[in-house]
This record gives sequence, C-alpha cells and structure tokens, in this order.
Amino acid sequence: MPKVKIPRKSTNIDMTAMCDVAFLLLSFFILATKQKPPEVLAVKTPTSVSSTAAPEKSILITLTKDGKVFLMLGDETKKNAIIDDFNTTRGLQLTGPELARLKKSEYIGMPVNKLKSVLNMQQEVPANLMEGIPTDSSNNELAYWFRSITNAYKGEDQRKLQEMILVKGDGEALYPIFKNVKQALKANEIFKFRIVTEGETVPVGSELYKTGKTEKK
Amino acid sequence: MAEMDTSSGGGHKKGPGVKKAKKLSTRVDLTPMVDLGFLLLTFFVFTTTMSQSTAMNMNEPKDDPNSQMKVKNSGAMTILLGKGNQVYYYYGQLMPETISQDFKSTTFKGIRELIAAKKNATPIDDLMYIIKSDEKSTFKNAIDILDEMTISAVPPGHYAEVDMTDVEKMLIKTTEQANGIQ
Repeated sequence: MPKVKIPRKSTNIDMTAMCDVAFLLLSFFILATKQKPPEVLAVKTPTSVSSTAAPEKSILITLTKDGKVFLMLGDETKKNAIIDDFNTTRGLQLTGPELARLKKSEYIGMPVNKLKSVLNMQQEVPANLMEGIPTDSSNNELAYWFRSITNAYKGEDQRKLQEMILVKGDGEALYPIFKNVKQALKANEIFKFRIVTEGETVPVGSELYKTGKTEKK
Repeated sequence: MAEMDTSSGGGHKKGPGVKKAKKLSTRVDLTPMVDLGFLLLTFFVFTTTMSQSTAMNMNEPKDDPNSQMKVKNSGAMTILLGKGNQVYYYYGQLMPETISQDFKSTTFKGIRELIAAKKNATPIDDLMYIIKSDEKSTFKNAIDILDEMTISAVPPGHYAEVDMTDVEKMLIKTTEQANGIQ
C-alpha cells in the first residue's frame, strides 16, 4: 500500500505582523501619554472621592510642604493684565524689562518688597529658595494678587473665573496656611474655588457608595 | 552573432560541476524585534501612572456676623482635628460637669462610622456637623474631613468650618499630652 504522506509544515511563523502590532501599540501609548509638565514645586496632594477633572487652564495657588505659597497664572490671555494691574495698584514701579521678566516667569513666589531685587538677579532663583507669597493676616499679599486678578476679570463671566481658581496643597502643609489662603480669597469676594486632589475610589459600603453616584456638581 | 551573457555568477558559464551561488533569503527573523517591542510596550504601560488630578469644590460662607446660624444642640456634632491625624469629637455642647466623658478622641478611620451613625439618628433638618481645625492639623486633614462628609452623603449646608475656641484648644492639648501624641 502506498503510504499517505503528511506534508510537514514549517514551524516558522511570519513575525512581521506581530512586530507591526507591537510597535504600533508602543508608539500609540507613547504618543497618547500626556507628559507631565515638569513640576517645579513638588506637591503631594491629598485624595478625595471627587471625580470632576481639574481644568487645564487655571489660576493655581500652590501650598508647599514647608508652608510657602506660590501663585501660577495659567490664563495667558489675562496674565499680562493681572501683572500690570498689580504693578500699578501696589505701586511697585517695575521697569519694562522687569515686568517682562515677571510675565515670563512661570510662577510668582516672592514677597512684594523683594520682587524687584529678585527680578534684577542674573540667574533665576530656584523654587526651593523662594520665600513664597506672604499670607499671614497682617500682611496677606495673596489678597492683593487676587484683587488684581478680579480686576482683570471684571465684567467677564465670574463663574468662569471661579472655575479657574484652584488650590493645590501638599497634604502635610499646616492648616493655618490654608486658612490664610481662604481669607485672601474671601477678602476678594471669592467664595467658590476648587481644590486639586488625587482621585480615590468611593469606599465600599459608605452612603455615597450605596446611592451609586459620585459627586456631581 | 554575439550574445550578451546574462547569467549570474561572475561571468562563468554554467556548466556541469559549477556550483550555483546560494541565494540569500531576504527574510529576517523578527522574533527578537517583537520581543523588544513588547518589552518596551509593557514597560511603558506599567510605568505610566494613570493618576488624574481631580478637583473638589469648595464653597465658603460669607463672613457675616448678622446671619449667625442657629444650631440645635441635639443635632450638632463637633469634629475637631488635631495634630498627628487625630480626630476629636463631641455631641451638642460641652458641659463643664461632663466634659471628660463627652470629649472623645478617634481617628480618621473611626470617624466615618460616627458621622454615619449621627446622620441616621438625627432628623435631617437638625443635623449639623461643625468642623474645627487645630493649628497643628494639616491640609490633608481638612480635605479628608470634607471628603468624609461627601462619602457619608451629608448634604451641603449641613456642615461648616468654624474657628476653634480656647476651651477646645486646651482640651486637645491635654488629651494629646495624656495620649502621648507628638
């Protein structure tokens, strides 16, 4: 009887397709990942069950671990107006190049009386050497800054401004600093603002969990 | 007639006994490349933190001495935040006679149940949580307790942040000393 020949199949598989898929996924993930902006001020925010995403464009108040307060003006369209207004209302008498430098800097973290000298320095002062904006009740300079901010947004949608004001604090910052920040905002009739937190899952069995909805406001 | 030699092999005429040059396969083994691809892929997937910043809403009341809110004693629970993530609480008002029994301490783990228990035991209209933060409590504590309110679904307007009184400050201090909290 003639033998039935089973054709021997090659064990080599064409890897091209698999390779394509792997690199496609790889490039997708690399491109889709939003690079975190380099954080000059390292802050570890507390967690909350809130699920609303923090807005991109914001006026951000940062409280660092050692109790310093920094202000970042994220709305480029208004940044110049705010700084100009602050210059005139506080009588800083900053010169053109000084103003330009202040407008270019990413964050503000200096007391008013030292602002001029810092702006005239050759090198940029690193964030950890900055003093932060004073917020104590006797000299709450953050309140002055917010006066300029409200001046700049005068006549515009106040809701939009409120949505932009973010407070980002390190978990270990002491409460009185936060209280001072609140005072600064309140002094300018800002009663609504937001706090940047890290997302957290709703604890199982809690009231919020049972109602089956996360905070929607 | 002259003929062009088109055969390969450096001009050698094919003939018997002449070895044919081996044609190299254009196929490359892609396995290592696939390995590398997936390795990088897994690396990036794992190292990417999917943390997204969220925003918590804060509503501050207007400081108006004329509109002081009246709170029923039976529905009030005062939560005090001290240093070292300690939480102190009492119900209603502190009475001088029973101060040591009324003023109790707990932690953030324990406060959730207490908030929920108070909420269930009190008619919603009377319910009021008064939150007071000590100078030594942290920003995290202040956020956490507000978060606890959200977790326990306490409706807005039924909790408020108030400044601490001297009696309470003193009580916290003595309790901290007694419990050895640094």
